[in-house]
Amino acid sequence: MEQVIFYIFAAVLLFAGAMVITVRNPVHAALFLVLAFFNAAILWVLAGAEFLGIALVVIYVGAVMVLFLFVLMMLDINVAPLREGFARYLPVGALVAALMAAQLGGVILAEQAGLTGGMIPAPSGETNNIQVLGALLYTAYVYPFEIAGAILLVAIVAAIALTLRPVQRGRYQRIGEQLATSKRERLRIVKMKPRGGGAEQ
Amino acid sequence: MFETLFWQVAKIWAVLIPLFLAVAYFTYAERRVIGHMQDRRGPNRVGYRGLLQPIADALKLLFKEITIPTQANRALFVIAPTMAIMPSLAAWAVIPFDQGWAIADINAGLLYILAMTSLGVYGLLLAGWASNSKYALLGTLRSAAQIISYEIAMGFALVGVLMAAGTMSLTGIVEAQAGPVWNWFWLPLLPLFLVYWIAGVAETNRAPFDVAEGESEIVAGFHVEYSGMAFAVFFLAEYANMLLISVIAATLFLGGWYSPVAGLPVLGPALAWVPGVVWLVLKAAIFAFCYLWFRATFPRYRYDQIMRLGWKVLIPVTVVWLVVLTGFAYTGLGPWF
Repeated sequence: MEQVIFYIFAAVLLFAGAMVITVRNPVHAALFLVLAFFNAAILWVLAGAEFLGIALVVIYVGAVMVLFLFVLMMLDINVAPLREGFARYLPVGALVAALMAAQLGGVILAEQAGLTGGMIPAPSGETNNIQVLGALLYTAYVYPFEIAGAILLVAIVAAIALTLRPVQRGRYQRIGEQLATSKRERLRIVKMKPRGGGAEQ
Repeated sequence: MFETLFWQVAKIWAVLIPLFLAVAYFTYAERRVIGHMQDRRGPNRVGYRGLLQPIADALKLLFKEITIPTQANRALFVIAPTMAIMPSLAAWAVIPFDQGWAIADINAGLLYILAMTSLGVYGLLLAGWASNSKYALLGTLRSAAQIISYEIAMGFALVGVLMAAGTMSLTGIVEAQAGPVWNWFWLPLLPLFLVYWIAGVAETNRAPFDVAEGESEIVAGFHVEYSGMAFAVFFLAEYANMLLISVIAATLFLGGWYSPVAGLPVLGPALAWVPGVVWLVLKAAIFAFCYLWFRATFPRYRYDQIMRLGWKVLIPVTVVWLVVLTGFAYTGLGPWF
């Protein structure tokens, strides 16, 4: 039963992955990528890594791809020039694909080559894998974890610094002043003397 | 195997049918409550005191023609309402309605909720882009930016709950709040409770954060091109999301299925006969009522003020309170450890 489910979602994943690179419309391609992420998350949950699976949905589907789509929808992309030069880029693409295939093969064959030093022990039945993951990240792997955090922080600061423009002179909102205003500054009550005999009478 | 499958499907319907009824009568309650707040009567003609109004509305929308703009992207235009309602229904799978009353009581329940609420934005994005209309696109951009911004504050508020309960399972979180009203998480996590609630209102694009619809500026925002049942599905998704946020707030901060006098000497046993699901519904109703109250009370925020509130007020508040919580957990102080 579980195998049948696995093959169904794996087939959808492969289909979505193929569509990402073949479909014409960039927005459709991004949506197929979302589908691919979602199916990958399902496969991870099936494999017992529910934390990683749901985190993939939260981070990639829920945030990264939304921003991607956001940008794609703002651009008026002309599809034809994007499809030029397929033959020119093919060698580089093939090289990258070969490298990735080699890495995948390395992971799969690592066990046979005796490279099992870094393998994490499977969680025992009593604790769930979120607790195991949390405990391992903050004890055995605390330095890699902190270093990854520092690298991400540097990347965030760099991204903000790159896009930060000098403050424009002229119009901008001074929120503090807006909040500090009182009724006396903004509202003036005028007493009008009623005129005798208006037009509406 | 087919027997378990049958029971799973039966459980799903046992949640969905009351949910759809609740959504229908929530729209009725909204019109009546806001009517009375504005010194009107609200709908009172269809059926006894207007009680059949939501059914009449649904029938009307069902028989209306669905128009698809000629320049629209047909496939995405049709799929967008489904994408909007799917996550707002799927998230109900992990809600514990009473001790052991959940469709799926999974370990990562809190994370699952976060994942499902963050998926809701796709329906909006697709609807706005596929309609090929400038008002729809404007509404989409506004609401997507708003949802992404408030998700951060909301996620941090959920981290606080996770730290206080020590588990991600929603059943475990409710059990960590066992006891009377002062044992619930709203008291020790008061800042996070308020942040969660404000972020929840912003996530559902409701007043006073409803710039995504902004009738007076961009007509109706992302669903301006939708008619008939396609529009009704967006409407359903919005109200189902509001009820979802209310129920999650009741579960995480107001002790879920526990009665407010649970564990007290005399009152506790006296009210023990009330089923837990009644307490959960009553607590969620407080939040649902607040949604309507806000809509009748507050004027719409300006867009830059919404962004300022999310990034410069709510996120710092949550970060500070997370540090305070860490201090509590480390020193063993605090009322709930």
